[in-house]
Amino acid sequence: MTVKELAAGVLAGDRRAMARAISTVENRRPGARDLLATLYPHTGRAQVVGVTGSAGSGKSTLVNRLALELRRRGHTVGIVAVDPTSPFSGGAILGDRIRMRDLAGDPGIFIRSMATRGALGGLSAATADAVVVLDAAGLDRVIIETVGIGQDEVDVARAAHTTLVLQVPGLGDDVQALKAGVLEIADVFVVNKADCDGADQLAAQLQIMLNLNGPRAGFGDGWRPPIVPTVATRGDGVPALVDAIVAHWAYLRDSDQMRVQARAHAERLLTEALAREATARLLQAARDRGQWESLVKQVAARQVDPYTAVSRVLAAGP
Amino acid sequence: MTEELKIRVLVAKPGLDGHDRGVKVVARSLRDAGMEVIYTGLRQTPEMIAEAALQEDVDIVGLSILSGAHMVLFPRIMEQLRQRDLDDVLVFAGGIIPDEDVPRLKEIGIQNVYGPGTDTRDIVADIRRALGRAGT
Repeated sequence: MTVKELAAGVLAGDRRAMARAISTVENRRPGARDLLATLYPHTGRAQVVGVTGSAGSGKSTLVNRLALELRRRGHTVGIVAVDPTSPFSGGAILGDRIRMRDLAGDPGIFIRSMATRGALGGLSAATADAVVVLDAAGLDRVIIETVGIGQDEVDVARAAHTTLVLQVPGLGDDVQALKAGVLEIADVFVVNKADCDGADQLAAQLQIMLNLNGPRAGFGDGWRPPIVPTVATRGDGVPALVDAIVAHWAYLRDSDQMRVQARAHAERLLTEALAREATARLLQAARDRGQWESLVKQVAARQVDPYTAVSRVLAAGP
Repeated sequence: MTEELKIRVLVAKPGLDGHDRGVKVVARSLRDAGMEVIYTGLRQTPEMIAEAALQEDVDIVGLSILSGAHMVLFPRIMEQLRQRDLDDVLVFAGGIIPDEDVPRLKEIGIQNVYGPGTDTRDIVADIRRALGRAGT
């Protein structure tokens, strides 16, 4: 399949073409750039919903329920589920589909599992590109499920319109709710496993935290993150959660926030793409002229510090 | 952009098997060999397996079965893959499969059949050889 045929297939919603296109961008195959360039103008229609939370907090189970509820309301749904790559072998076990078996056989749903491949922010480098493919294929809502996270993996907020942060009871006291990081990126808080002990206290702690918050830097104060209790295994609270997701989408579109967010996301995408491409080119050039090996040896021998070495690479150019 | 190739494998349990210890061991070995392994859990229908193989754009499908229903389910899975034009996806099988069934399974397009006691390194080597890739 040529890039042109692949792009035409994606735009027509052909599932095989969508799957191939995601592999093309994920593996950075020849043609990946042309493919993204062709698809990009057809994107920006889907609401991208990020789902993040610690390992075992119920993200996949919740995504399964969210997708069912969105389908019930007539939306088509794309899902990108990210799981971690082994730092040792480079391999991965991608197991998010296990919890999404209710979605099998529905032509209005497309699920793709991705490995982080060394990225540390909760997503993989190509997650945003996979979302481009699903958006261009005409799916109404695209859900990104991050790897199980800790306190500091906030990339999803810069890839999604609406970020859900899952919290579960039993993991810590109210000081956790004061900390910076993941708790700051939520557009909607989900207290999952709400049938377990401590769920009410957790919701109360989050509420107190929110009461202390001023407006988020750079963002409007027209949105106050709701706290939605759910029991994902049973689907309890899921309609209310979808209501909150829809309400946030309406808020973004009816206010200036959509534009503010789009600009912030664009700047980040551009910065990352520049960093990747520039690094690859400079590295290749330095290797080609033998400079790289020599600098590595000098830095290892403590004759040159890393920053001086970098300035030499930059001075020599790509 | 620098090309990054990974072997992607779907490991699936068709039919009504009650446990999946064997397939988990295989999945883990493939992971440790640097492959990306998608596992979909127990009790998958032929349609579910073929559709997951399509969406995940895998190079390999590994089928694990213990129940004895392989002669019924495997042809259906191969048919579902064909219906989705996934003829280039290689299919391997393992579990409790009598020797006399193996020729027929190879006839319908299954690359190889692995029984109890198989060295997982052999499976890794066979996959790499079949794909013609030395790397991960």
